[in-house]
Amino acid sequence: MAMLNPKEETLSREELTALQSERLVRQVKRMYEKVECFRNRMDEKGLKPEDIHGVEDLSKLPFSYKNDLRDYYPFGLFAVPMKDIKRIHASSGTTGKRIVVGYTDEDLKIWADCFARMLVAVGATDEDIVQVSYGYGLFTGGLGAHGGAERIGATVIPMSSGNTALQIQNMVDFGATILCCTPSYALYLGEEVERMGLKDQLKLKAGIFGAEPWSENMRLEIEKKLGIKAYDIYGLSEILGPGVGCECPAQKGMHIWEDHFIPEIIDPDTCEVLPAGETGELVLTTITKEGFPLIRYRTRDICRLEYETCECGRTHVRMRKPSGRSDDMLIIRGVNVFPSQIEEVLIEVGGENITPNYFITIDRVNNVDTFDLDVEMSEQFFHDDVKSIAAVEKQITEKLRSALGLGVKVHLVNPKTIARSEGKSKRVNDKRKI
Amino acid sequence: MLVKQVSAFIENKAGRLCEAADKIAEKGIDISALSLADSAEYGVLRMIVSDPEKTVKTLREDGVICKVTTVLAVAMDDTPGGFAGVLNTLTEAGIEIKYIYACISRISGKALMIFSVENPEIADELIANTAAGKVDPSEIYRI
Repeated sequence: MAMLNPKEETLSREELTALQSERLVRQVKRMYEKVECFRNRMDEKGLKPEDIHGVEDLSKLPFSYKNDLRDYYPFGLFAVPMKDIKRIHASSGTTGKRIVVGYTDEDLKIWADCFARMLVAVGATDEDIVQVSYGYGLFTGGLGAHGGAERIGATVIPMSSGNTALQIQNMVDFGATILCCTPSYALYLGEEVERMGLKDQLKLKAGIFGAEPWSENMRLEIEKKLGIKAYDIYGLSEILGPGVGCECPAQKGMHIWEDHFIPEIIDPDTCEVLPAGETGELVLTTITKEGFPLIRYRTRDICRLEYETCECGRTHVRMRKPSGRSDDMLIIRGVNVFPSQIEEVLIEVGGENITPNYFITIDRVNNVDTFDLDVEMSEQFFHDDVKSIAAVEKQITEKLRSALGLGVKVHLVNPKTIARSEGKSKRVNDKRKI
Repeated sequence: MLVKQVSAFIENKAGRLCEAADKIAEKGIDISALSLADSAEYGVLRMIVSDPEKTVKTLREDGVICKVTTVLAVAMDDTPGGFAGVLNTLTEAGIEIKYIYACISRISGKALMIFSVENPEIADELIANTAAGKVDPSEIYRI
């Protein structure tokens, strides 16, 4: 089977471990010198870089968290001078402050390699035409896929998201052979193609879909509607972007490129490392990243790792589809949303003296996620004319759109109608059957 | 003349308006004028009642969001041009009208309407100097 880096992709477990150890030791030493947050955490544990001799010492190292990116916003965790940072990406954090990541030239090259390994795995060559329908911009999806496609010398159609009619026209007119987008959008495109009776005119053979949860059933639907093989990709901007974990033709989990990342599975409550094959929270360590390296980053994604060599010949560990989160993050239309962001906006609009009582309902209608937000009416929001109430509603909607980067349907409801519960209240009803 | 209006937020769900009306009835409060403005998801109930403070207290105890605002009650001539005359007075003075609703008049030859305006005090003075203002206030308050 074709591989971009046949040597690296088929290293034996012993060779991988040796490579990871060497890179980990170097990374820890470098980060201890350059990254204050990491050095402080090491010092708190009484650890010195010399105490880390290889992957066997990984579990001694301190964890890093999404909130670190907020606390050191924007560039406080970078390990190189700004002149060496060649690109910035950003995504939503747990609160109003976004998280910012940076890449050196070498980081961008590795990122392109990681994504390109997947393109090659699914059969792409420089003869292919890759339509990138992930959003371009600060979101890592668009440019991540773009870099991978350029790396293998394919022709890129940088469509970005939206404008479905034009997406389909381009697929047909330009003869796109590979499609990269979110799985729900792929399914939507598939339905539109079916409705327009254009399936026979498509030259698509494979699709690389990620950034949101999807199921085996969705895979079958997409494959049938678009007449392609559909592959899953995993990534998060904190670690790299799309391309951390990539499915191969075996479609039995996503290979985590272990020459660049070391995965661990921990119990999210006790933080103990779990034995191979058990389900728990995925923790990732970047061992080649220069600009924005992270040690033992808590991804909050719950999944399982399989170390058996894959039938595709690759030796790198495979992660199964994440089955959930160990925090309250929601993924809506591919966008990460934390309930705390919503709370912040409501307090901003209503003032400090309101208790922001809200309830989120998510569903999937015609393969598009719907996002409804019930907000309890309060004296602060109430006026005796409908126009003024509508203005408050609009203000909340617009502030949420700008904070989350996502459209929300806001409903003002009677006070005390949203159930209170002792301790952590249940604020989300996710009705999606993925 | 100026009167106190109680307005309440009514979610557009079966029984919500009924509940509010029941609570008001239980306390023996008389509703003399009423309007319901609606959007797709909620309504704003506006009422002129015999006891505004008691009404607000009753509704709030029941968890209903409400407030008291000052509106203008005008008893205009119940003849063609009566309504237009009042509107002209307000418009010429540059007073913005938010909403209007009509109510049953017990005063012979007069039509009673409630005006919500930007500056109720100024509007009240203007109207008081016209034919529509020449009515015994006690009769208006009886509406």
